[in-house]
Amino acid sequence: MEELKLYTYIAVFGTFALYFGIAWWARAGSTSDFYVAGGGISPMQNGMAIGADWMSAASFISMAGMIAFMGYGGSVFLMGWTGGYVLLAMLLAPYMRKHGKFTVPEFIFDRYYSKTARIVAVVCLIIASLTYIIGQMKGVGVAFSRFLEVDYGLGLGIGMAVVWVYAVLGGMKGITYTQIAQYVVMIFAYTIPAVFISLQLTGNPIPQLGLGSTLADGSGVYLLDKLDMVVTDLGFKEYTTSSLGGTLNMFAYTMSLMIGTAGLPHVIMRFFTVPSVKAARSSAGYALIFIGLLYTVAPAVGAMARLNLMNTIEPTAGENLVYDERPQWFKDWEQTGLLKFEDKNGDGKIQYSADKVTNEMVTVDNDIMVLANPAIANLPNWVIALVAAGGLAAALSTAAGLLLAISSSISHDLMKGVLTPDLSEKNELLAGRIVMTIAILVSGYLGLHPPGFAAGTVALAFGLAASSIFPALMMGIFSKKMSGTAAVSGMIAGIGVTMLYVFQHKGIMFIPGTSFLGDMGPNWFFGISPNAFGAVGALVNFAVAFVLLKVTGPAPDHIQDMVENMRIPGDVSAAHVH
Amino acid sequence: MENKETYWSENLRLIFICLAIWFAVSFGLGLLLVEPLNEIRLGGYKLGFWFAQQGSIYSFLALIFWYGVKMNKLDKKYQAEG
Repeated sequence: MEELKLYTYIAVFGTFALYFGIAWWARAGSTSDFYVAGGGISPMQNGMAIGADWMSAASFISMAGMIAFMGYGGSVFLMGWTGGYVLLAMLLAPYMRKHGKFTVPEFIFDRYYSKTARIVAVVCLIIASLTYIIGQMKGVGVAFSRFLEVDYGLGLGIGMAVVWVYAVLGGMKGITYTQIAQYVVMIFAYTIPAVFISLQLTGNPIPQLGLGSTLADGSGVYLLDKLDMVVTDLGFKEYTTSSLGGTLNMFAYTMSLMIGTAGLPHVIMRFFTVPSVKAARSSAGYALIFIGLLYTVAPAVGAMARLNLMNTIEPTAGENLVYDERPQWFKDWEQTGLLKFEDKNGDGKIQYSADKVTNEMVTVDNDIMVLANPAIANLPNWVIALVAAGGLAAALSTAAGLLLAISSSISHDLMKGVLTPDLSEKNELLAGRIVMTIAILVSGYLGLHPPGFAAGTVALAFGLAASSIFPALMMGIFSKKMSGTAAVSGMIAGIGVTMLYVFQHKGIMFIPGTSFLGDMGPNWFFGISPNAFGAVGALVNFAVAFVLLKVTGPAPDHIQDMVENMRIPGDVSAAHVH
Repeated sequence: MENKETYWSENLRLIFICLAIWFAVSFGLGLLLVEPLNEIRLGGYKLGFWFAQQGSIYSFLALIFWYGVKMNKLDKKYQAEG
């Protein structure tokens, strides 16, 4: 245990030192450095930074765990969170890069010639980003408290301080280069344990192939067939076919995540950092290579972790693990409350089944599947230490990107754009840094005292991005006649419908007891869960906008000319202020 | 540059083709047709399951790069790049 702690300290503080070094080397000197890294990042570097920016604590820690327990149903996350990059590469990124501004609300302001549009976009952006950060801060606190056994609050404080140093100092430039380092840490931390486990279980070191291979125990049975058998024996749904609330719900869920991904401002912003339209297109491709590396390993991690967990508890059918002989990792995770055993029949053995009455594994949290995986598979201590550093890299890199999105929308869009247009560049830079500091403090506070709605907020973030930002951007580029009034009305209608649906099932502002329709299948519109409703909101947005376009008449000529100009790569200078 | 309209319509055609494939590999093969496809095996994978958890992602990647290559050619053809 002492050795593990030592390794963990080395891994965590070694990587922190690296991030500080990079931050010092890549300090921001101008607003262009601060918002778009001077516009000189290469597509491959940008792809890596997008990967780190995009892959949050949820991707790193939670996703494989969700897949482990949902099986086939977990595919919505895999397809949804990668398919959005196709939309970004073809529908948004190249044209928005050509237009050459710093922020997403600024693009919306230019295109829809309306301050209301800009403010609506800023509000959506801040709600979506802040809710997202809470999750990252919680991830930082959990990683510290579990792996270094420091207090959750102290861990959170250290995380906040680290992000503050490199995000406030370096702005987009510092964030980009630290994100590249964080991507490398994260991907090693994710794939090394997966390679070991795949090798142990199937003899194939490549997890993507191991998942489709036979087991190494000489039985000649395919891993997935074995898993299907083990889980169905205990009454769980078959792993490879278990749906997530039916085909329509999975369809809407996947679509919402895809267009939500394409509409998340902190991801779109990263495309403003490359030097050309061509580079914006290829950035999306590189980003998906780096993201895909983790996302194609995740299903293997999920399935193998589930199988290992089952095998630990019931090594051979009918022979259950004696509770007093449980392994060390079991005890460690019991202390966190994420794993809980209750000896219901008093036989001192662990029974794990789908039947709520007899099941004795009363809590098995999704999140422990990735974090405990190396220990469950008896991997060496340095691998466990690496996982801790990887989880922190995932949480910190995403938090930094989100903080930048928030601070730029306030200092550049609200202050410079609407409230105090004569702000000098130097003061705007200072304002950006102050806003970012405040944003760190607010998100740290929210991480320490997570509001009751924290769990439901991912739905809100993706719902907002999918139902308001994505349609507005897409129509702005592909329909040159789309008018400001029509687009803004569409955005508000889209958000309205989505929020109403989420709130009516999950409570107004997620306050328990204020939902006027229960959060359960029979009450859902055609069985679509609140998390999956963003796609419907987007449809409403498009419909309202196109109907109102007939009423308001087309956008003025100079706006249509601007859109035509956006569609042609032309000569692109670095993103500029005006 | 000249022929802005034809440049744009060729781009739209490409996007349409790419998004049709994008839809087919994920929503089509991974979701709507998953049950019949699961009758076919790819090693230990059921084919529909493989598309949902692996194949769709590889296809997305190929699509983005293919689109990038085609667009670079289009930019050259129409001298669209400054």
